[in-house]
Amino acid sequence: MSLILDHVNYIYDEDTAMAHAALIDVNLQIPDGQFIGLIGHTGSGKSTLIQHLNGLETPTSGSVYFNGKDISDPDFNKKELRSKVGLVFQYPEHQLFEADCFKDVCFGPKNLGLPQKEVELRAYEALKMVGFDDEYFYQSPFELSGGQKRRVAIAGVIAMKPDVLILDEPTAGLDPKGREDILGLIKRLHDEMGITVILVSHSMDDVADYVERIIVMNKGRVAFDDIPVNVFAHYKELEEIGLAAPQVTYVMQELAKAGFPVDSKATTMEQAKNEILKAFGRC
Amino acid sequence: MIRTDNLVFEYIRRDEEGNVEGITRAVDNVDLDVKPGQFIAILGHNGSGKSTLAKHFNALLYPTEGKVIVDGMDTSDGEYLWNIRQEAGMIFQNPDNQIIGQVVEEDVGFGPENMGVPTNEIWERVDESLRAVGMLDFRKSSPNHLSGGQKQRVSIAGVIAMHPKCIIMDEPTAMLDPNGRKDVIRAARALNTVEGITVILITHYMEEVIYADKVFVMDKGRVTMEGTPREIFSQVDKLKELRLGVPQVTLLAHELKKNGLPLPDGILTREELVEELKRIKNVANT
Repeated sequence: MSLILDHVNYIYDEDTAMAHAALIDVNLQIPDGQFIGLIGHTGSGKSTLIQHLNGLETPTSGSVYFNGKDISDPDFNKKELRSKVGLVFQYPEHQLFEADCFKDVCFGPKNLGLPQKEVELRAYEALKMVGFDDEYFYQSPFELSGGQKRRVAIAGVIAMKPDVLILDEPTAGLDPKGREDILGLIKRLHDEMGITVILVSHSMDDVADYVERIIVMNKGRVAFDDIPVNVFAHYKELEEIGLAAPQVTYVMQELAKAGFPVDSKATTMEQAKNEILKAFGRC
Repeated sequence: MIRTDNLVFEYIRRDEEGNVEGITRAVDNVDLDVKPGQFIAILGHNGSGKSTLAKHFNALLYPTEGKVIVDGMDTSDGEYLWNIRQEAGMIFQNPDNQIIGQVVEEDVGFGPENMGVPTNEIWERVDESLRAVGMLDFRKSSPNHLSGGQKQRVSIAGVIAMHPKCIIMDEPTAMLDPNGRKDVIRAARALNTVEGITVILITHYMEEVIYADKVFVMDKGRVTMEGTPREIFSQVDKLKELRLGVPQVTLLAHELKKNGLPLPDGILTREELVEELKRIKNVANT
């Protein structure tokens, strides 16, 4: 179930005075089961990019291949693509609409044309998967807290049994505990269901702790595509394009500069803590 | 500047038929005193009552019990309503909900125009407000073509143009990217230090709080902690209980301390942490 982007270009409003290139020569391979962070500041092309991954947009030139098939091909079954590549938009709770949470989660699988029994089974599994309490199943989604609403919205996508789950800023507007809960949930979905996860985020601190690969977008191009340690080693370049490395990276850089025997490449709290303790001979 | 005495706010929950289901106490006995010129931060998890509290500061909501006094005026007294709203300006989370003008300068001029300020002075105020938030170059732009952070700064300029004594910002950066967030916070700090405007910042981002004069932490409608950022962030475990966090650097220092390094509590910036670690190393070497 891999996704391959080959020399993808996308131009908004082509052939008008407003023409604007949102993606320029993007080449990416997304194999099964990876946990990927997609980072870039506003207007860097990351939203346009994820819209290509489930066929909401098709490239102006170049190709996107899903399981070896070109999604621009007129015979290509986009419905299948969209059921396999699930997209959770920013503030997904704004898209809840049913009278109760359970019905809302049923909506996706129902549209796949599955039998009623299967639909309900999937909805039940999905709600359990996101850690949603039974007692709220038949409550109106509008009476829930922000974090709970977001869980229901994510369950709605999980119930489609996607192979790839893309989440656009899933923690926006949540309090710190809510952020941690949602990120922990996403990690669990990745680990337990073995699905590919693409996490779109502004927050390096969030991303560094969870993902195994980071793709950085800048002005429509892929600026970096590597494991977190290698991406954050470019912290100066990241700053130039309006991003930053996690706070601990800076601490480690400065300690290394001050002559501490630490590995300046640490990007997570755990790594930094262990490096510093080691330098003080406490570990 | 703003004082609350035993402020209580309750609202009645109703079901679909309009029958009363229960009463929720969103703000519970809050006593606050904000001095002129202070930079105040209010923290609290989703649903802790911070926004409800903030809406009392410019008379969008009225107390069920107790009092809110803004610059000597009681918000329950209808007579002062417009004076209070002019003196205490409010910025909300979503910039798209606050911009009404077709052109940036028109949007910023809307407030003073409604106050009946003479035309010449409106333009002066638009100029100075846009300059204060660093958006003067965009005065002729359409707000549709601005980024979220730029729009939010235009909203702030719109409030400044009304010459308020106090600005209340309710999660102004929640929908912004790191650059937009930095610019908005920088604008807020500049208003406070340069113009002397009282700022009340409500946020979920712990990093934005470290420059505040005073921090209030809310939980279940009450103020559960108050103090300087250093005092507040010294209590890592308590904040976690309240569904909050601390800045990443503070957390790292806290973890190191737990593992035996003699670091002080409440380290806020990475410079402080590096300096402290150097100090410990020097002591160990001598």
